[in-house]
Amino acid sequence: MPIEILMPALSPTMTEGNLAKWHVKEGDTVNAGDILAEIETDKATMEIEAVEEGVVGRILVADGTEGIAVNAPIALLLEEGEDAADLEVPSASAPPPPAAAESAPEAQPTPQAPAVPATPVPPPSPSAEKGDRVFASPLARRMAKQAGLTLDAITGSGPHGRIVKQDIEAALAGGITAPSAAPLPPSAAAPAAVMVEASGMPAYVEVPNSAMRKVIARRLSESKRDAPHFYLTVECDIDALLSTRKKLNERSPGEGPDAYKISVNDFIIRAAALALRKVPAANASWTDEAIRLYQAADVSVAVAIPDGLITPIIRNADGKGLAVISREMKDLAGRARTGKLMPEEYQGGTFSVSNLGMFGIKDFSAVINPPQGAILAVGAGEARPVVKDGALAVATMMNCTLSIDHRVVDGSAGAEFMAAFKALIEDPLTMLL
Amino acid sequence: MANENTFDLIIIGGGPGGYVAAIRAAQLGGSVALVEREHLGGICLNWGCIPTKALLRTAEVFHLMNNAGDFGLEVKEVAFDIAKTVKRSRDVARRLSAGVKHLLKKNKVKVFDGHGRLDGPGKVSVSAGKKQTASLTAKNIILSSGARARDLPGLEADGKLVWSYKEAMVPETMPRSLLVVGSGAIGMEFASFYRTLGADVTVVEILPTILPVEDAEISALARKAFEAQGMNIHTGATVTSLQKAAKNVTAVIDLGDGKTSNLTVDRVILAVGITGNVEDLGLDGTSVKVDRGHIVIDQWLQTGEPGVYAIGDVVGPPWLAHKASHEGVICVEKIAGLPDVHPLNTANIPGCTYCMPQIASVGMTEQAAKDAGRKTKVGRFPYMGNGKAIALGESDGMIKTIFDAETGELLGTHMVGAEVTELIQGYCIAKQLETTEADLMHTIFPHPTLSEMMHESVLDAYGRAIHF
Repeated sequence: MPIEILMPALSPTMTEGNLAKWHVKEGDTVNAGDILAEIETDKATMEIEAVEEGVVGRILVADGTEGIAVNAPIALLLEEGEDAADLEVPSASAPPPPAAAESAPEAQPTPQAPAVPATPVPPPSPSAEKGDRVFASPLARRMAKQAGLTLDAITGSGPHGRIVKQDIEAALAGGITAPSAAPLPPSAAAPAAVMVEASGMPAYVEVPNSAMRKVIARRLSESKRDAPHFYLTVECDIDALLSTRKKLNERSPGEGPDAYKISVNDFIIRAAALALRKVPAANASWTDEAIRLYQAADVSVAVAIPDGLITPIIRNADGKGLAVISREMKDLAGRARTGKLMPEEYQGGTFSVSNLGMFGIKDFSAVINPPQGAILAVGAGEARPVVKDGALAVATMMNCTLSIDHRVVDGSAGAEFMAAFKALIEDPLTMLL
Repeated sequence: MANENTFDLIIIGGGPGGYVAAIRAAQLGGSVALVEREHLGGICLNWGCIPTKALLRTAEVFHLMNNAGDFGLEVKEVAFDIAKTVKRSRDVARRLSAGVKHLLKKNKVKVFDGHGRLDGPGKVSVSAGKKQTASLTAKNIILSSGARARDLPGLEADGKLVWSYKEAMVPETMPRSLLVVGSGAIGMEFASFYRTLGADVTVVEILPTILPVEDAEISALARKAFEAQGMNIHTGATVTSLQKAAKNVTAVIDLGDGKTSNLTVDRVILAVGITGNVEDLGLDGTSVKVDRGHIVIDQWLQTGEPGVYAIGDVVGPPWLAHKASHEGVICVEKIAGLPDVHPLNTANIPGCTYCMPQIASVGMTEQAAKDAGRKTKVGRFPYMGNGKAIALGESDGMIKTIFDAETGELLGTHMVGAEVTELIQGYCIAKQLETTEADLMHTIFPHPTLSEMMHESVLDAYGRAIHF
């Protein structure tokens, strides 16, 4: 039996992915560790490696195919002693392999697989699920149907990735609500489609939603729907911070591995982490059973990337100096923009910071990044008139707004956090403590 | 620095948890040492599950012969020989223990005879008596030291007049009268064995029902059957003291309703619970935590100490061999880093009691489902509605199924009657595969079998039973 190469799940939230590019073609010999293909996941592009050696017998999913379900077969690998004849899928009505492949697979140098159907096995039942068969227990199927969930949005945790009861319960608890398989009668849906064309809409182009776009849409809708947000804003005087930053950066060795250039944002990350340590109640998540108080201050920092945004994490930011934070942030942001982050580098932070100051935004309120309980939105530092000691003066002021999930953090704890944060920002020497 | 005493895995305890884990680890290519201080196969095989089944088989055959007339047979002068009965039971145990030894050898598991205990990180010392006989090293260690009968203050087994399960299994003479303290599986199996062979048997249970973990309805049916056999059963009662004379014991029983009763019997069997073998395992100074006599583990059987795992009876109830074996496999596969390993689902562990009538169950009782706030559909089917049961002359019993009314999930199933311990696996598979009532209804059960009652019980839960 040829070995099936399956669409990998590269992150816990991944339910489907896109096949960006094959690095091998049919007939190629591969060894364990060879790069087979690039997969575009919900947040990054990852390379998949061969785990066994063999000959690529058939590529089932062509370059650029989108929305491939996790665990769907994407290629068949022939083991030693097998040849193209073994590719015959034993199920009843599978399409025969192309004759050329049977006689001389190596005489087919074309990198693109000839139009091989993407589904090697016909769907076993007239179910509404698209593509390959979805393995799910009868109970899971029924529970999904009752809850209006489609199974292909759910990752299975049972034997061989089978979707079982606990996956449906987790999906319901996690708020994944995909529309039911056929919620609309066809008579209602069809005229709607016609109307769009008939009503003389201005011309538009449709940009297909990337996997990341869909995740952003799902998670942030879930956040706004389930987490009751409230907002606390403070104005911070950052003149002392700017002068400290200048002095520190002047001390940096010009080049070499020890060189650094600390940004205002690096100060904000550290101040937020230290404030979380002072007010642990703000470093928390809601679950139905309990409030989860995190022991570490792992700060997720929103980074804009071409197709959306991603939140790489500075782990244990309260225990790291400014230079370390600065260097890590530069590395993470750089790799984020090229889609090279590993899942653990952007999944699992405990608190988020989003800074739009560089775009001149004065202040804004951000959407909480679930399952976290709070996010700090940072505006631009700008010279403003302020009253100091009873006299009008000019200071560089920066607005910061905390969005908080009221299920987890109440107003007083939120205010306590913001007071701690403001104190650190305005007296940056205390960040050394 | 590999040497002959360095292994990938050391297992302390060769019961159904330990030896199965050892074989699985060997299948996965690991070098494995197994340390066992007494018998390979553990309590289950030597002093538990297996030898008691041999005894109960004798009781069953005896019962049938005594009732041979019901089947048109004539048998005269039915008698039994307790020494031969015990010998058969011991032979069965010995044969299987030898079988385990052979299996371990076949799988190249190195067996060390002696007492194993942790001796620093990644180290196990083996001793016989006070002498250390070997010092073993491995990155991973599994503790599967099992459990033993618990004594209660004032109720201690002396091995002569007051027995634990061990003495009860090898009687030299047949007691004429017997008091069984505790009506769990162990207590009821002995009560049933001795009653069937003719002893006067009294059972005292502190809880309101016998077989307290079972569904109340099943437990009540079982009680009725035992009482019809002439067993005396006191529930909600406690034995407050045991006064030993030369050849008998007088028990004071607090009947729970303000009355006490004195009972003089030849022998007493204590079956009041089980406690883990956590002593002398070298746990002091490690991060292995012990809670109420059992080692604390996570879902992958890992203790608080890195590289140290624990499985089976020593990690707590249910104290069942099949649970221990399953944990052993999960633990080893997780250590080996296999994909597709799944934590044990406690809702899917079946329990069997081999008294006459037999009891078997898996999943929630009706009360537990109610307490969990589930809306249920409950099906029942009696043995008297089943052709095969009537033909066997076994028309007492019932199969009960409990479904979630909304989802059709099989929450639990409970059975009492002939051969139910062999039937329950069908529902275990159904639960593991998460079938709903629909799949069970669509399944074709063979006729004529007792298993048809499993089908009918499901149908009955939805008001569709055919034969009753």
